[in-house]
Amino acid sequence: MSSINFLKPDRTNLNTFLYLGSFLFFISILDVFLNSFFRLNLTGFLPNFLSFLLPLILGFVGLYFIRIEYSGIKNLDLLNKHINTNNFNAVLSLLIIFIIIKSLPPILSWFVIDASFAGDTKDVCTGSGACWTYIKVWMRRFMYGMYPNAEQWRINLSFVALVLLGSVGYFATDKFKKYLTLYYVVIYPLIAFLFIFFFISGGPVFFDFSYGIIAAILSIIIGFFIPSKFKFYYFLIVPLALYVILKYFLFFEEYIELGKLDGLNWVETGAWGGLSLTFIISFFCLIFCFPIGMAFALGRRSEFPLIRYISVGFIEFWRGVPLITVLFMSAVMFPMFLPEDFFIDKLVRAIIAISLFEAAYVAEVIRGGLQALPRGQYEAAKSLGMGYWKMHIFVILPQALKLVIPGIANTFLALVKDTPLIFVVGLLEIVGMLNLAKTNPKWLGFAMEGYVFAAIIFWIICYAMSKYSYNLEQKYKTDR
Amino acid sequence: MNFKLKDIVPQLITVLAVVLVFGFFTYNAQINMENRGIDFGYGFLSQESSFDVQFSLIEYDGSHSYFRAYLVGLLNTILVSVIGIIIATILGVIVGIARLSPNYLINKFAAFYVEFFRNIPLLLQIFFWYFAALRALPLPQDAEAMFGVFFLTIKGLYVPAFIWQNFNIFFYSIIAAIIAIIVIRAHAKKVQENQGKQIPVFLISIGLIFILPLLSFLIGGVRLSFEVPVLKQLATTSFIYEGGVSLPPELIALTLSLSLYTATFIAECVRAGIQGVGKGQKEAAASIGLTPNQVLKLVIMPQALRIIIPPTTNQYLNLTKNSSLAAAIAYPDLVLVFAGTALMQTGKAIEIVSITMFTYLTLSISISILMNWYNKKIAIQEK
Repeated sequence: MSSINFLKPDRTNLNTFLYLGSFLFFISILDVFLNSFFRLNLTGFLPNFLSFLLPLILGFVGLYFIRIEYSGIKNLDLLNKHINTNNFNAVLSLLIIFIIIKSLPPILSWFVIDASFAGDTKDVCTGSGACWTYIKVWMRRFMYGMYPNAEQWRINLSFVALVLLGSVGYFATDKFKKYLTLYYVVIYPLIAFLFIFFFISGGPVFFDFSYGIIAAILSIIIGFFIPSKFKFYYFLIVPLALYVILKYFLFFEEYIELGKLDGLNWVETGAWGGLSLTFIISFFCLIFCFPIGMAFALGRRSEFPLIRYISVGFIEFWRGVPLITVLFMSAVMFPMFLPEDFFIDKLVRAIIAISLFEAAYVAEVIRGGLQALPRGQYEAAKSLGMGYWKMHIFVILPQALKLVIPGIANTFLALVKDTPLIFVVGLLEIVGMLNLAKTNPKWLGFAMEGYVFAAIIFWIICYAMSKYSYNLEQKYKTDR
Repeated sequence: MNFKLKDIVPQLITVLAVVLVFGFFTYNAQINMENRGIDFGYGFLSQESSFDVQFSLIEYDGSHSYFRAYLVGLLNTILVSVIGIIIATILGVIVGIARLSPNYLINKFAAFYVEFFRNIPLLLQIFFWYFAALRALPLPQDAEAMFGVFFLTIKGLYVPAFIWQNFNIFFYSIIAAIIAIIVIRAHAKKVQENQGKQIPVFLISIGLIFILPLLSFLIGGVRLSFEVPVLKQLATTSFIYEGGVSLPPELIALTLSLSLYTATFIAECVRAGIQGVGKGQKEAAASIGLTPNQVLKLVIMPQALRIIIPPTTNQYLNLTKNSSLAAAIAYPDLVLVFAGTALMQTGKAIEIVSITMFTYLTLSISISILMNWYNKKIAIQEK
């Protein structure tokens, strides 16, 4: 018993153990540190095997010596509580500290110290570090794809305008707050669409698509004035009918010419690319997949069996297949299903495919929220005499959507992370551009830099999105 | 008869719309195929494929049929998914538990891992491993052996091949061991429920799974030898390894990135599951005198598993579906072999894409049925 006590600190002999333990711990860290930063081997005189393991053994003994339940010294207690609770934890902590110290120098030297930043040819990249010159030279391609250099201000201007218009909600006074939903659901997408349609493309690229958008938005606006009794039939028939009328009865060649703005060159979608294309695709898919998903979530909980079966079939089908096959379908199979003279741009096809695919996931998330609501909410709304649409729009959906903010954010994150897959239809966003740049004979051998660069960008976007969704969740949290 | 027009009309309109859309598509497809001179049918499956596949689990070359090519792709997909699921589960459980560790460093390390890998697109990770990380590996002639028998080179990982004699006896012995373990577990459960006695099932199981195969070596005449890969010179600068099993770099990159990526999600499921078990459960179990191990095994885990399994099933499904990204780095999976090469050769877009989608649907549904069955088995039996 005494021998065990001899090796454990208590209040009386604390100082001895503390000094000895900290010294050993310090030595072990110092050894690893010098080894990795200055290539000095303090324990070189020992046999190889022992020299390799010595820091771990020293550190372990040191941590063992200073482990005490309560010492009264604040820092020591914190250390013991957090990294030194028992032998196993002590070893793991030491290993992690060693890994961090060991991996810092190579990472730092690759990223910064040995990296080359200057110049604009491959010749400057002779060091062992990263060649950021490569990123610098290709920056425009990574950001804008094959979009002509002289026209890139159009993309910049559009994005700045859209960000400004999108942040209107933060500055709206209370008087205008009630119109915000209308603004974000109808007006903002329309403006965004016009920007992309007229400004970035500068031509008739989205013409077919635009009929759909116009039909949808017109029917939503008129929908506000339709009595709720007929709303279902209305939304079933009118958007499609409007689309058909616009497309087949009001179609004039001159309108295509109208779509072009004077002084803007037409840039076909094949030339779009880079990070800006990632944003465009994510933006449109976000806008489209949300209402489609909501419709199918409601359809899956409908009391009409046929509508329910169709919704279940739709959701389970898209959820069961990988996105890459969906894009394959949109690339090779979908054109077979359309009339011969009917051409849909491949960017539009990709957007439709991704939207439908993600809509199924959104639908499942929203269904979770709908199911989590207590029955009382439905019954209370019905007893107030609300119809199906009124009940859902004013009572059920606001609560259900609030509940599923994290799930929806996850789906949107997945969407952003899925955009690189559009390489299947031949569109090159940032990852696709990287693969293209990698094969350029003048710039061979810099794959690593490119991927690290893209990874950092995606990481920042996704991390920011997940933090933002967390904030939203906290903001709208209501205690039940 | 409570026949209501109000109930019937919306359904009819919806069905009509769906039927119209499908009819429109079919009509167009027929006209298009007529114009291009393609006929619809699955007869091409038995034709000779005349293309080669780099890596296949079953015997295959250009003289086999398209159906055989489909099987090759399917098996490769399943191979990647199974390996990925196993590694992702092990890694995910470890990281998930590490995220709950009281040790600050371990906790933060696990959190860093999760935040890092889940926020980078999977395709980018696959490209990174395949085009950047694995390309930095040595050439075959420069490779150093790991443990003397593994060779990790730019052309793939070479591992020794097992050469068995009387393999079937060894196989039967393993099956016997598994059956014995299942029987013993069931018995132990019964004993525990009736008499409250604990039988050390885990130790017995470990013993069985080692001893029975060992017996098959001693008595059953099973012999195992290894074929270690050997470096062979093809030309002055071209070397390969012969013998052993070679795992192509595509497979390594794919399984690595798939499992690293999916493990982050599984880790979050595990963490949520363990946190979801009420603190009172732990305290109650400890207060009736169970040891910490027993608390974990008999109280926490059975309850946590109920929370963990449904979302984890989703992650398994995602992994299986994500394995189709293999096409991007030319690993011959279902999408690349069948929806890629075979489609280019035959031009049967509708048939091939529909078969591919149907296969993935079947895979997804079978995994979810399997996991639903397991979930039902461990769910609370309400009395």
